[in-house]
Amino acid sequence: MRYAETGFNLEIDLTRGNIERVETDPRDTELYLGGLGTNAKILWDRVPPEVEPFSPDNLLIFSAGLLCGTPATGCNRTIVSTISPQTELMAFSMMGGFWAPELKYAGYDKVVLRGKSPNLIYLWINNDKVEIRDASHLQGKGAIETAELIQDELNEPKAQVAAIGLAGENRVYFASIEQGRSSASRLGVGAVMGDKGIKAIAVRGTKDINVAQPAEFMELCNEVLEYIKFRNENPIPGVMTILQGLGSPQEMATHDEKWHTENFMWGNSRVRRRDFWNEEIAKEWKETMESMQTRLISCYNCPMKCGATITPTGQPTYMMKCFSKLTYTMAAMSDLEFGFKIAGLAQEYGVDGYSTPQVMAFALELYENGILTDDDFPGMPSDNEGRFYWLLDRIVRREGIGDVLANGTYWAAKEIGKGAKEYAHNTIKKHEQLPLKLSMLNPVYFLMYSTGEKINITQIEGQFPQAPYPKREHREAFVKDWFQVPDEKFKQYFLDWEPRGENSNPYYPTVQMSCDIVDWQERMHYIDDALGMCSGLSSFPLKPPYHMHNYPKFISAGAGIEMDEDKLTQAAKRYRTLVRAINIRRGMRRADEKPPEDHWKKRFPELEKELLDTYYKFKGWNNDGIPAKESLHELGLDYVAEDFVQRGILTDSEDAPSKETSAETEKK
Amino acid sequence: MGEKKKKIIKTIKVDVDLCNGCRACEVICSAFHAEPKYSSNNPARSRIRVIRDPLKDVYVPVYAGEYTASECMGRDKYTIDGKEYDECAFCRASCPSRDLFKEPDSGLPLKCDMCESDPDLEEPLCVQWCITDALTYEEREEEVEEELEQEEMEIGLEALADKFGLDKIMDTVARMSVKD
Repeated sequence: MRYAETGFNLEIDLTRGNIERVETDPRDTELYLGGLGTNAKILWDRVPPEVEPFSPDNLLIFSAGLLCGTPATGCNRTIVSTISPQTELMAFSMMGGFWAPELKYAGYDKVVLRGKSPNLIYLWINNDKVEIRDASHLQGKGAIETAELIQDELNEPKAQVAAIGLAGENRVYFASIEQGRSSASRLGVGAVMGDKGIKAIAVRGTKDINVAQPAEFMELCNEVLEYIKFRNENPIPGVMTILQGLGSPQEMATHDEKWHTENFMWGNSRVRRRDFWNEEIAKEWKETMESMQTRLISCYNCPMKCGATITPTGQPTYMMKCFSKLTYTMAAMSDLEFGFKIAGLAQEYGVDGYSTPQVMAFALELYENGILTDDDFPGMPSDNEGRFYWLLDRIVRREGIGDVLANGTYWAAKEIGKGAKEYAHNTIKKHEQLPLKLSMLNPVYFLMYSTGEKINITQIEGQFPQAPYPKREHREAFVKDWFQVPDEKFKQYFLDWEPRGENSNPYYPTVQMSCDIVDWQERMHYIDDALGMCSGLSSFPLKPPYHMHNYPKFISAGAGIEMDEDKLTQAAKRYRTLVRAINIRRGMRRADEKPPEDHWKKRFPELEKELLDTYYKFKGWNNDGIPAKESLHELGLDYVAEDFVQRGILTDSEDAPSKETSAETEKK
Repeated sequence: MGEKKKKIIKTIKVDVDLCNGCRACEVICSAFHAEPKYSSNNPARSRIRVIRDPLKDVYVPVYAGEYTASECMGRDKYTIDGKEYDECAFCRASCPSRDLFKEPDSGLPLKCDMCESDPDLEEPLCVQWCITDALTYEEREEEVEEELEQEEMEIGLEALADKFGLDKIMDTVARMSVKD
């Protein structure tokens, strides 16, 4: 018997309309765990680097995490993996909500989609019965609307539906997959879904999920729940409100937005408004929130209330999560009411809440600077907010300038030319980033921005405080009950970190310490992504209930795989390296690994070089960021090394530095 | 008539305004009632279900009550605080009109037993796992009139009478006695 996982994947060939239920190899679970880990293995094995994102040979994988569907609190994530149209690298966007556990109860760990359907379809997975159904009547419908229509026509309100909106159908490079309460938004996974002709996947399951050691597993679950209660009652002092507790930053419950509005950038990630927040705005925004919000809501089996039902005046109700609360507001230099209104529309269209506002602000900046002209914006209203609505409409329909903008700022700038590149200033690996511009280089963040392959800072940071505490006594208090650290040395790193002086940014944490810290932070995210755990209860917040010391026990008792901290570290390293191998094979190199030029005002080229050199070595990668043969061998990834040698990425004799190429230069 | 007797009434108080719709109650209920205990979980087997319609802000945790052989003759709708609820949203019955509160494999009815176990749990597990406090637990003493205990055969016969009607049973008994 398989524990925690079902042991079966659904393999669907959309071109031929063929559906198969395929048993998976338990040895792969042991090596790559599940979720992201096994997704990476499938993509490595079956999607060679020549395959374009919109090729029928690209795969789109919906995977539940290894522990989804067990009683482990907060374990509900769907990991969607494919090749991104925007970065042309591996995408692994994730969503919480209710979909992944439902898939498990239906009897599957993953849905692996290949080929392309000739007509728009949706999938109906109802336990053992799986159908490809016509979706022509759903064409052009909103993502949330689609979910409701499907539940109605199936007469199955308990079905969980993941759907795309117009943006996905039109292959907008930052199209999302929406699932009511949650969405897989980053890196254009919705565009690939649209390209394959899939409007939605509806799931309903009524089968059991087993755990290997019931009593042990329940004890672990209860400990986690107790600790969540403890943390809810004991917020962490000395950090800003949204970092004090667990869960995603509690944007729906927080009214005080002084920190975000005065520290994040407005417009096209340009303007910092230091004195923005005042009593009047605080009052107005609170009223907006209170008049539009009906309830704080959660994902499956999780007590944290990170989302909310929002009903903007005169618009249908939708469910908002986290920071899309402010992204539209700030890009348009507007207010919260506008933000809530356009976010609801954007969710029906199915677009990413980070990239979309930035792309629109970018377009307007080009317009203001004469690079784009009135000819590019025929019929655009003259008022600021009207322009954003107008642009959103053009983008999701790929009409006129919208067709160019729908590829994101990097590709749009390239197509527009005339110096537009200077305005696409906030991307990493061609993907729009948080609108954050700071002063002093932070070595830990430098490494995370440069080398993160999830390409979003929130998907690699966490655990370690973002800034030093001013007083040593506060630092001492912080480390006192910091049992989550994988090694005691991290406490010392934090204790000695000062806001100013010798032990401060950029030279402290030291290069070596920075490597250790980044490696720990990244490892926790990768483990979450394989298990299906929400990072809001694990890798993202300070002092989370899930950590390096209890995770191995969860895996042992849940999945029945003998696990300890070393073995788990090794497994996470294995599939983390495999993700990099996929990207290296697709042309990613050191030259691609850099934060936006203007992310910090004060830069330190020599230090940055040393950081990257040392971190690569620390990770077992050569100086170009390519996993070295020896480290591949240690991880049991000899098949990757062989492939690299065959393709001339590594030479036979040694881990030779290959020629200086990058995805950026290759894809000219 | 029986005599008056004191009885502990176990009560789960449901505050629908505090429900965040996470369904942890369903998870832990089905895990507790798995055989062996906690070896599996499956919300479809749970004896509590959250009737939810997020976009209409409807969240009603409902407990499995009695099995009923036939469904209601009609349906009512309730409007409370401007929100429309289907009558079934409050109904505890395992009933032919819906798939709620039935074992998914056998179709046999499920019923909440307040996590009866030996030793007794402090609170039913759905309450323990609902840390948003939509579910809280209360015990109160009530004086009830004790009914005369039915004999085993009477219980069986009553069930048969429910299903087939008393006349049919009497006919059948008559026919069977002739055969003998």
